[in-house]
Amino acid sequence: MRGTGFLSLHGVDKRFPLKEGELHVLGDISLDIRQGEFVSIVGGSGCGKSTLLRLLVGLEEASGGSLRLDGVPIRGTDPARGIVFQDHRLYPWLTVEDNVLLALANSPLDKAERLARVHAHLELVGLKHFARAWPAQLSGGMSQRVAIARGLVNRPKVLLLDEPFGALDALTRAQLQDELARIWQTEGITTVLVTHDVDEAVLLGDRVVVMEPRPGRIRRIVPVDLPHPRHREHPRLAELRSDILQDFTRRQAIA
Amino acid sequence: MSEATRKRPDLRGWVVPGVLLLLWWLATALEWVDTRLVASPAAVLEEAWQAAASGELWQGLAASLGRNLSGFALGSLAGLAFGGLLGLSRLAERLVGPTFHALKQIALFAWIPLLSAWFGFGEPAKVAFIALAVFYPVALNSFEGIRATRHELLEVARVLGLTPAQRLLRLVLPSAAPAIFTGLHLGLIYAWLATLGAEYFFSAGPGIGNTMIDGREHFEMDQVIYGLLVVGSVGLVLNRLAAWIEARALAWRGGGR
Repeated sequence: MRGTGFLSLHGVDKRFPLKEGELHVLGDISLDIRQGEFVSIVGGSGCGKSTLLRLLVGLEEASGGSLRLDGVPIRGTDPARGIVFQDHRLYPWLTVEDNVLLALANSPLDKAERLARVHAHLELVGLKHFARAWPAQLSGGMSQRVAIARGLVNRPKVLLLDEPFGALDALTRAQLQDELARIWQTEGITTVLVTHDVDEAVLLGDRVVVMEPRPGRIRRIVPVDLPHPRHREHPRLAELRSDILQDFTRRQAIA
Repeated sequence: MSEATRKRPDLRGWVVPGVLLLLWWLATALEWVDTRLVASPAAVLEEAWQAAASGELWQGLAASLGRNLSGFALGSLAGLAFGGLLGLSRLAERLVGPTFHALKQIALFAWIPLLSAWFGFGEPAKVAFIALAVFYPVALNSFEGIRATRHELLEVARVLGLTPAQRLLRLVLPSAAPAIFTGLHLGLIYAWLATLGAEYFFSAGPGIGNTMIDGREHFEMDQVIYGLLVVGSVGLVLNRLAAWIEARALAWRGGGR
């Protein structure tokens, strides 16, 4: 089990300088995420949800406010924060095994321990027989499983997921959502999922953070009061989904 | 393509050479052409046989291949180092990039007067000329290959906390490898062209190009055509060799699909 992994965001603000003026992407985001919690962030395009994740992983720096992991300010990237992008971003010249192994390139473990860790994580995502395959030989869903294994192999305190299933077909997506729920439960890792799929957000999240654009802000936070594992046909999920969807449709009607 | 059809060698590529050979033989046998200008296949074969038996062929080939490979080695090493530096360092690109791009506009053969002034007309000048021919494609492709490293994959390297050395060895170089191989492959082709060019433009010496020049001077067309065939075959072998090495080194690109 992981001992730690709570996130606290306070007054987070992000602006990108433009040729003239600036682009205000995120404004005054405050959010606390408990250790082991699964938080979904949902919003339309341009609401800054991916930027928020990039701040959390350390690929971008906030213009204002603070982001902390276990009380320590987040600066730059760190093995304590793993991420899975929408495109799997595997290195095509490395085998599946070597791609996951790459995440342990600077780990203090010796070679045998690293390999054991890699194989355990490939097994976790159901790909232990594909260790020697090239990424080009994998389907989209399989590649994304490898990316999840790579994100987890370093035993991070937080797993960040940036629309990880957005590019997959509906059947594969449903399958991977179930797998992610299972992995999250076995690993007990704090997880932040950014998605534009409201079904996915309510199915997986303990809480759903609904965002609105220009600048990106938290509109409201919806708790999903259902125990895990969940069934996607549960009527409560459908209720929550239509409730959240109304936020978007109503706003569109006004606009 | 199914397994069964793949196993049989595809012979269709031999049709055109076969027809040409037949036409050549007919043209000389039926005297459609002056056989003093176009030697018959039999005469060329006889010439080749004699050259091989007397060792003349092997001497010439060894001399040409020797300078071809030393020029290629020098030019490709320099090209890799230069292209790599330009690709990895923005400062180096700002400083020498414009000069490099301007100099590469100068046709290769325009360098000959300068090269002969610096290196004379002997072996060093020939090797330098070949090295120069190899340098440009290797440098340019290495540079562009390194610059084309995908931004998304660089972000992964940041997230995984790779050191600069790890980034170079695990990301930048493998990602640039296809382009670098293209450069080396082009370099190999240019090197062989330049080897023949060097034998024409610099002083006479042993070499397959000089065999052809001698043939022309003595009006022995069988010798010229035999030289032509040797040059073509060597080019073909070098090309195949490069393609074979490339396919093995870049197995990940095939993906088995």
